[in-house]
Amino acid sequence: MNTLFDKIWDAHVVQKVEDGPTQLYIDRLYCHEVTSPQAFDELRSRGIGCLRPDKIFCMPDHNIPTKNQDKPIEDEVSRKQVDALTKNAAQFGLSYWGMKHPNNGIIHVVGPEQGLTLPGMTIVCGDSHTSTHGAMGAIAFGIGTSEVGMVMASQCILQQKPKAMRISVEGKLGKGVTAKDVALYIMSQMTTSGATGYFVEYAGEAIRSLSMESRLTLCNLSIEMGARGGMVAPDEVTFEYIKGRPYAPKGEEWEKAVAYWRTLKSDTDAVFDKEYTFRAEDIEPRITYGTNPGMGIGITESIPTADTIDEAGRASFLKSLDYMGFTAGEKLTGHHIDYVFVGSCTNGRIEDFRAFAQIVKGRKKADNVTAWIVPGSWSVARQIEAEGIDKVLAEAGFEIREPGCSACLAMNEDKVPAGKYCVSTSNRNFEGRQGPGSHTILASPYVAAAAAVTGVITDPRELL
Amino acid sequence: MKKEKFNILTDSCIPLPLENIDTDQIVPARFLKATTREGFGDFLFRDWRFDKEGNKIESFVMNNPKYSGRILVAGKNFGCGSSREHAAWAIADYGFRVVVSSFFADIHKNNELNNFVLPVVVSEEFLKELFASIEQNPATQVTVDLPQQTITNNATGKSEQFEINGYKKHCLMNGLDDIDFLLSNKDKIEAWEAKNN
Repeated sequence: MNTLFDKIWDAHVVQKVEDGPTQLYIDRLYCHEVTSPQAFDELRSRGIGCLRPDKIFCMPDHNIPTKNQDKPIEDEVSRKQVDALTKNAAQFGLSYWGMKHPNNGIIHVVGPEQGLTLPGMTIVCGDSHTSTHGAMGAIAFGIGTSEVGMVMASQCILQQKPKAMRISVEGKLGKGVTAKDVALYIMSQMTTSGATGYFVEYAGEAIRSLSMESRLTLCNLSIEMGARGGMVAPDEVTFEYIKGRPYAPKGEEWEKAVAYWRTLKSDTDAVFDKEYTFRAEDIEPRITYGTNPGMGIGITESIPTADTIDEAGRASFLKSLDYMGFTAGEKLTGHHIDYVFVGSCTNGRIEDFRAFAQIVKGRKKADNVTAWIVPGSWSVARQIEAEGIDKVLAEAGFEIREPGCSACLAMNEDKVPAGKYCVSTSNRNFEGRQGPGSHTILASPYVAAAAAVTGVITDPRELL
Repeated sequence: MKKEKFNILTDSCIPLPLENIDTDQIVPARFLKATTREGFGDFLFRDWRFDKEGNKIESFVMNNPKYSGRILVAGKNFGCGSSREHAAWAIADYGFRVVVSSFFADIHKNNELNNFVLPVVVSEEFLKELFASIEQNPATQVTVDLPQQTITNNATGKSEQFEINGYKKHCLMNGLDDIDFLLSNKDKIEAWEAKNN
């Protein structure tokens, strides 16, 4: 009567600390440049190395520019942070895929596509969107820098075992409705703290029908409702995706691995601390109107009115609308926009660029829109070219940039100016997230494409 | 990092009665490029404290001389969003030793504990009353007693128990961190590996 989560967790318990957390063995530690330098310093100050360097993979992604990657990074502070990771990886003997390396990209896009992320693993990274990797049937969660140091030093982490939640989405998704819309819908129902303290397993017909890329998008956003992580039980879709990837098991090892992975599912009598079921038919293409990802509506709906918000949350709600320049009760279709961003660890995979191309094909970018189209990795960039998506986009007036985190979080050159509206396929619409004073509207690649060609917020179903 | 031991603290508070304060507000991403842990106090709530020109925004509570103290009191779901530990470094570096809220985001809560800042989870009623006490008298004092696991609003005398596991409590009271513990358990790690590889 174990859940999928229990099975993987239990297999990695080194010990349960008395009246304290569990010491959990970690199979993979991913490191990027922002949250690792102080962890390496911690090891240096103690005069120790990484206990298991072969289980640690490093790559810069947050700071790297999405143009001219063949030249040194212009911003000195960004360059220093990336250089620090280059040096630290070399000094501690870790795998490192730097800027321009054919395997480089956003760490949460690269892990699965290289076959580094596998079912049954425990995976951590100093990044909250580590929840992405759970889509492969792994326990994956974001940690702080002190914890990164902990894992480097001991290949273990001390964690309280989270509670178990299952979220089922039954039925079939409608036209123009993607995993991003499913996640934004679930978040709006659960709020940004509704799953805090829980690890979520996604289940149900609508989830089973999702491609691997879509499952990665869904699990990526688990953290936005507070969950420690989210996961999907591995199945044929998962195995098909992994097979033949560079770091995936091969030959006899492959057969053995798949046999084990097939056991990774919740028992039929498994008990969850909380269960929710949603209906796929209730979900339409979605957008956010506020300053946290839970503040979302269906694209044809209106922003809620203040009297529908509970008293404790009303001040935050009104502050949020004031920041965004929106009015309670207002509809957003037809509202002008200035920027469109397609990319990030949420929607920077091949399927996202196919979706974007599907709508912009034969149309033209609106003159008032600046668009940043940013593949999540070099591998995705190569696939875009191989499929001719770059040509479709070029004809429509869009240019494809070089891979990186880009406009998701204003740590590199791609920043949305104050007061401007950006329809973004990224994960957070917090105040200033895409640049001081920027206004972010989170949405799927379809909604982004519809906005990019019309210049206003548009229901993508009208263009599909 | 200063591993400052924690026992009993009585001090006044800085109130932030907003829900869902995310770590992008606590420290905006553009300040995450440092490669050391020091000096993050300057960036704490940067875009709420200072305008674009770097002038203080007088209406923000941290710029109001009536409010001071080493206890930050915030609305529900404090520290949601990004895992950046820089948020906890900023809170610690600014001088806070305790953050009180009715609910914390998981990763941020761990980050505070790992930096010897004590997150105290209180009931919604306690929080509401505490905000009211502070509004009435900004000098309102709160006592946080880690050994007894109690928090007291000294204006009303209202007291509550708070949760912390015995292991972490021991760490905070004795200035020990998790790496110290894990390094002392290397034999168990190797035994696990021998069994599983």
